[in-house]
Amino acid sequence: MGCDTSKYAAVPLAEKLRLFEQVKADERFSHGLYGCYECGVCVAVCPSARFYDFSPRWIAQALAREDADLVYKFMNEDVWDCSQCFSCDKCPRGNSPGGLITILREVAVRNGLKSAKDALEGYGRIIYKILSTGTQVAPDMLQPNAFPDWGPHVKEISENLEWWRRALPPETLHTTETSWEVSEQTLRELYLIWYASGVMEMIKEVDEGLHMILTDVMEEKLEEAGFALDATAQD
Amino acid sequence: MPIDAEGVAKSSRVFHRDPETVKSVPIREQVLELEARGEWIAQRVPEPYAEVANKLGRAKKIPLARTWHHKSCGQCGHIPGYSTSIFWLHRKLGLDYHDPRDQTSCTAWNYYASATSNPTAQAAVALRNFAAAYESGYFPLIHCATSYGHYKEVREELIGSQKLRDQVRRIMDMMKKPMVMPEEIVHYSEWVHAVRDRIAARKVLDLSNVVATVHPACHYHKLVAEDAIYDPDIYGGQRTATVTATLKALGVQVADYSTWFDCCGFGFRHILVQRDFSRSFAVQRKIEVMKDEANPDVTVTHDTGCVTTLDQSQFAARAHQRRVGIPVLSEAQLCALAMGAHPYRVCQLHWHNTDTRKLLEKMGIDHEARWREFEADVARLKRGEIQFLGWEDADV
Ligand code: SF4
Ligand code: SF4
Repeated sequence: MGCDTSKYAAVPLAEKLRLFEQVKADERFSHGLYGCYECGVCVAVCPSARFYDFSPRWIAQALAREDADLVYKFMNEDVWDCSQCFSCDKCPRGNSPGGLITILREVAVRNGLKSAKDALEGYGRIIYKILSTGTQVAPDMLQPNAFPDWGPHVKEISENLEWWRRALPPETLHTTETSWEVSEQTLRELYLIWYASGVMEMIKEVDEGLHMILTDVMEEKLEEAGFALDATAQD
Repeated sequence: MPIDAEGVAKSSRVFHRDPETVKSVPIREQVLELEARGEWIAQRVPEPYAEVANKLGRAKKIPLARTWHHKSCGQCGHIPGYSTSIFWLHRKLGLDYHDPRDQTSCTAWNYYASATSNPTAQAAVALRNFAAAYESGYFPLIHCATSYGHYKEVREELIGSQKLRDQVRRIMDMMKKPMVMPEEIVHYSEWVHAVRDRIAARKVLDLSNVVATVHPACHYHKLVAEDAIYDPDIYGGQRTATVTATLKALGVQVADYSTWFDCCGFGFRHILVQRDFSRSFAVQRKIEVMKDEANPDVTVTHDTGCVTTLDQSQFAARAHQRRVGIPVLSEAQLCALAMGAHPYRVCQLHWHNTDTRKLLEKMGIDHEARWREFEADVARLKRGEIQFLGWEDADV
């Protein structure tokens, strides 16, 4: 809760500092943090601060004061509450607390922290969709069991899906598994990006099963396209 | 009594914007400078274009035609009348466009939701799409505000980092694609803003009795904020003019509410796996405040996540006797309706959750007859008489 770091007292300071160094080494970090007036403007505009025990000010302050204990605590808990709306870009110091949170999350994922694994539990099918098809959500995701709180209209859509998709005038939208028709060559290029930019390594850290399924789908297509997988390895 | 948005931010003082006093180097100049250094090709905004003023008062070029439509996965997938309306407006105004198949989503929904990505991947996805647009000879027009905001972030990161440019170039070389950065990054709602008078001139419905609230999309006006359109005649130039100026051109009464700056509650990961937050925020901080302060016939916005969250969150709130029941539309759909578009064949309102029928009645649209026509279309599809509903069927 709040800024209590006692839960992580057993984690060696060296480990906390190691992760903090990765945050600081990110090229976006210096442009996201110029200090902190501790004014609370970011909290006033923050939707997540209204509903959770969460504060972008705590996070900016902890990073500005280089408090590795607190940063570790936030990386393990709070960062997943953020809505990534960037209302906090209003910061009079020129900070982007939301942008800093993006970096903290990425470090949590890259290092396979439990918080990242927990936050992404139940999220695998969505990551699968975006990485393998190039569109994040698709018409066939509108299933009543996935969105029970959206009421009977989701059932109506799912029952009529094929016909209602055919009743769309733009020719690219007749799809049900992707939001629009994405060409094969485009998909191969997308897979190449995931391999060559280190995204596949990140996935492996947080969800090995998902990584295996994705690899199955992608590697064959990449080879078909003549993209040599060794050449995609990062420098 | 709704608070008239006209009166908002009225002051005896006039706040002038003077681009000369702004210290930052205009982004376009930085893009062109990198082109001069051989780092990339800066794709020029094609003629004809309109010039509008951004937050700092600098001119922003908005292409009117020859646009490459960078579609939105949430719009095309779950609110397809949104994208269809954008295309329909182009067709009705006789403005040439291209709806590509060699486009991926910006993948930023995943980036902001799960962090299972990184700046190199995100920049490569952006530049692959930009290269595809460039190769087609059409200029990117971005349907989603998150794609728009994220691509502007990516542009800043690329401008600021030789290392990132080199990493992305390596990937683009493997694909045998050129490094391309558009001269401007343009959101479809800026295009609607630029053609709003043409739309208003073709209006066939009287909307003067329609009261609307506006939800400006966070990733449109908060993320890399200087690029959004502002106009001294709208909110005294203190809020983005996009959407509001369009509604006023249509003759809609725009009503104000105190939480206009709040986000919708989408939250990227929240809308998919933690919707209790999205629902509570959308209902308590947006819909109920609008209801209490403005009681609008409709709330209008210009992004995927906002339409989704504000619309879908109202269903469960009904069971808790919350003050909900405001239809949610994009301004593209409202413009299309105003120009006589079919509410179901074009605007596809049956994909929306909150009832739109009262609004349609107020606009003078016979929704029962139009729904029967749509049902007849579906019956023809089912009987195999037609395979798809085409553009030629949409206006019958
Ligand atoms: S708005 Fe900026 S300066 Fe103020 S508390 Fe938040 S991060 Fe610190
Ligand atoms: S980006 Fe995150 S921290 Fe910033 S205002 Fe939005 S929810 Fe709050």
